[in-house]
Amino acid sequence: MTTATAPASKDGAQVELQRRMLRQMLLIRRFEEKAAESYALGKIGGFCHLYIGQEAVAVGSLAALRDDDYVISSYREHGQALARGIPATAVMAELFGKATGCSKGKGGSMHLFDASKRFMGGHGIVGGHIPLAAGLGFAIRYRGGDQVCLCFFGEAAVNIGAFHEALNMASVYKLPVIFCCENNHYGMGTAFDRVAAVTDVVEHACSYDMAAELVNGMDVSAVYEATQRAVRRARSGGHPTLLEVRTYRFMGHSMSDPLHGVYRTKEEVEEQKKRDPISHLVLALKEEGVLDDAALEALDQEARAVVEEAVKFAEASPDPDPSELGTHVLAD
Amino acid sequence: MPTLTYRDALNQALREEMQRDTNVFLMGEEVGLYQGAYKVSRGLLEEFGPMRVVDTPIAELGFAGLGVGAAMAGLRPVIEFMTWNFAVLALDQIVNSAAKILYESGGQIPIPIVFRGPNGAALQLAAQHSQAWETWLAHIPGLKVVAPATPADAKGLLKSAIRDNNPVIVLEGEMLYNTKGEVPDGEYLVPIGKADVKRDGRDVTLLCHSKTVTTALKAAELLAGQEGVSAEVLDLRSLRPLDEAAILASLRKTNRAVVVEEGWPHCGIGAQVVDLIQRDAFDHLDAPVLRVTQADVPLPYNKQLERLAKPSPDKVVAAVRRVLYLD
Repeated sequence: MTTATAPASKDGAQVELQRRMLRQMLLIRRFEEKAAESYALGKIGGFCHLYIGQEAVAVGSLAALRDDDYVISSYREHGQALARGIPATAVMAELFGKATGCSKGKGGSMHLFDASKRFMGGHGIVGGHIPLAAGLGFAIRYRGGDQVCLCFFGEAAVNIGAFHEALNMASVYKLPVIFCCENNHYGMGTAFDRVAAVTDVVEHACSYDMAAELVNGMDVSAVYEATQRAVRRARSGGHPTLLEVRTYRFMGHSMSDPLHGVYRTKEEVEEQKKRDPISHLVLALKEEGVLDDAALEALDQEARAVVEEAVKFAEASPDPDPSELGTHVLAD
Repeated sequence: MPTLTYRDALNQALREEMQRDTNVFLMGEEVGLYQGAYKVSRGLLEEFGPMRVVDTPIAELGFAGLGVGAAMAGLRPVIEFMTWNFAVLALDQIVNSAAKILYESGGQIPIPIVFRGPNGAALQLAAQHSQAWETWLAHIPGLKVVAPATPADAKGLLKSAIRDNNPVIVLEGEMLYNTKGEVPDGEYLVPIGKADVKRDGRDVTLLCHSKTVTTALKAAELLAGQEGVSAEVLDLRSLRPLDEAAILASLRKTNRAVVVEEGWPHCGIGAQVVDLIQRDAFDHLDAPVLRVTQADVPLPYNKQLERLAKPSPDKVVAAVRRVLYLD
């Protein structure tokens, strides 16, 4: 009995982490479903890119970070914003364009910011924020800190010059940046292998003498552990890492295109859904005997309640005052 | 007061600001070991070391973006472009990142960064290396744009730019680096957004900036000699924000104006100035406002053709004669 106690307590911490990650993934899933619904109702405008199917990437990688690390992302960033701890109320209010949104209604779905969480945006030009991540890493190194910068982008960004320029400089200057490529296989409606000469994104790391790892993005624990290894490299000597996290988006590119059709088949999407990262984690936890249906149901109800509350908050929040039009163009 | 070249005045501004604030660093192609493509950064690597004077690969988009990211974290980068012609590659970072992050974050993240380097034509560098970019840059809300014409203004405006909490574009004149002038020692700041009367006059206002200040001053000299015309030379210095009050005050005095700029005519800085004048000083005008610009062509290599394309004192004199109805 006594010999079993120590490992059991270690497992306890691990189980607690996994339950926390499941809670976050459920929150993102329910949040995004509600965002789609609200978009259809005209409550959310513009472009809206959902994260359903990719939850394990944001949740697993961000679980490996400290509060004083930096996070920066592309325009498919609702999930990362939530996993970083920006309240669902502030994120939903931003999607609704309200004054209480995390960017005061001025950024919208693609430009979620929370400086207090060191969440440095949502950026809308494919690949454009990857050099910014190098700059955040540069600032860490300049000040002699041991923080890291975690940068999310899609595989389509790998074809753009900014990716290569940023990786080269991150390696040359030894910047503590983790380049997390979420490979969901499609840049909008174009399959990666139709437009990329090298389809294993990790291989690009060779060009920049950088550590790299290929990760199963449907397994939250695998993402967590790979990110932990990358974080360790970054904190001890500022070595950047390229992670290629293979995942899949179950929704269209944005709200304006269907789940499947001209560029992918229904069968493919259905097949991929069998790899659902939430089901994967639920199954693992059930097999370990640390989660049952009742507990799962409770977690799910909790996520739904948080999202309901977020929608209520967003609905009730005021639009930005007309006087806000001209504020924040320039700083004092 | 010491006399310095425009180049050394910029160097002094950089050195003083880097001494004053450890958050200030300089980054760009050849700024360190090579001492700067135009020697503006001479001696800075030795004084401040490689963490604060950073040589980069030839990757304008990349290092401009790196600078913006560092500014997001509170540093104060000075990003040198070897010329603004190359900065076109970095325009996404200047326009989409530097100019917009404060606004789209709802005011959370200021971007205190300076992008600087030589702008405009030099001599026989041909079309790709001979362009004036101020119109492109001054178009963008979220940026400030300055274009100093003298060594003193170069020092004072660069120091103000580095201390500003916004992205500031500093357009240096490639042909001005060797020009000399008196420069105040130590703390000397020229406020962004203030024009400067470089020559007092009564009969016509010559509105200019950067290298065309020299052109306008020469024209004013010719006009005074040949025609007895008293031309006021108003150096805009800042193109965004524009010192509208100074422009209108001069116009109300002279009632006539010619705008002189190195850029192309279509949608130029002069077009913006003319818009202001016709709107807010219509009743003070005694003649249409004319513009002297670069010819509306890519700049040719041939020396004679190049001279034909550029603004010149003679072209300014001709325009002044027209607004004064002397012909």
